[in-house]
Amino acid sequence: MTMFAVAAAAIIAAMTLAIVRAVAGPTLYDRVLAGNSFGTKTVLLIGVMGYLTGRPDFLDIALLYALLNFAATIAILKFFRYRTLSVAMTGAEADRPRFEEAPEEERAAR
Amino acid sequence: MSPQEAPGLTANLLIDLSLLTLLVFVALAMLRSRHLFAVVMLSGVYSLLSASFFVSLDAVDVAFTEAAVGAGISTVLMLAGMLLTARREKPARPRRAPVALLAVAAVGTALIYASLDMPAFGDPDSPANAGVGRDYLERTPKEIAVPNVVTAVLASYRGFDTLGEVMVIFTAGVAVILLLGAGSARGGRAVTDAEEDA
Repeated sequence: MTMFAVAAAAIIAAMTLAIVRAVAGPTLYDRVLAGNSFGTKTVLLIGVMGYLTGRPDFLDIALLYALLNFAATIAILKFFRYRTLSVAMTGAEADRPRFEEAPEEERAAR
Repeated sequence: MSPQEAPGLTANLLIDLSLLTLLVFVALAMLRSRHLFAVVMLSGVYSLLSASFFVSLDAVDVAFTEAAVGAGISTVLMLAGMLLTARREKPARPRRAPVALLAVAAVGTALIYASLDMPAFGDPDSPANAGVGRDYLERTPKEIAVPNVVTAVLASYRGFDTLGEVMVIFTAGVAVILLLGAGSARGGRAVTDAEEDA
């Protein structure tokens, strides 16, 4: 029991660090990565909470969260790069980012 | 409740407290940030946090809906909205609204005062637990044999109701897809006015 409590505390500390990176993170990819790793920590926390309360039935739900987190991160990255979800990720377009970090004034002028 | 369960419950309380603290922190960070992409990612983090909190409160179905809608779909939707506008929020001039603050404080006080009259958590004699709720709790292990009573109620006792809800949500989703992006979903292109008239 103590072991699970310590593990939960460590996971919450890691969650805090991920939130700090999502708030501070200078680049967009820092923030995507922070969100993704936060999702992973959520999966772990749900698993540990299941054992902490003596009901590990919640492990199935933690697995679903892992799948959801994976799909959401792919969707965010794909949308971020291609600005639509309906583009195949192969071909000539795959190497050409359509949405760069810099030209904010340009977008505002449009 | 056996004494062996007590340390787990204390740890659960501590987890709840830290999750709620993190929720407040994330909400404040979202309010203060002007970088819209950070706000989108933080809103995903916020809904994952509230999903963990719901799991800790045993509301597993609510938690999963929160995670799927809040962290999954809303994030992509808000990202789509953000890409249509600027990347940064314009700095707003801080405005004082004492009347609004007073109204919010008064309503909050009234709600907290009203919550004092609520039955204790898990009270077997509360209106929610005394009538149909107790019946479900007693019948579910015999009739359905599903560990989660909420799942048994949603998927078995009220199965037709849930089927209707799924139909409604499916219809709404189809309508939204047709309104927003039927052309792009086929990988098509924008239709010009001339083509439309022809």
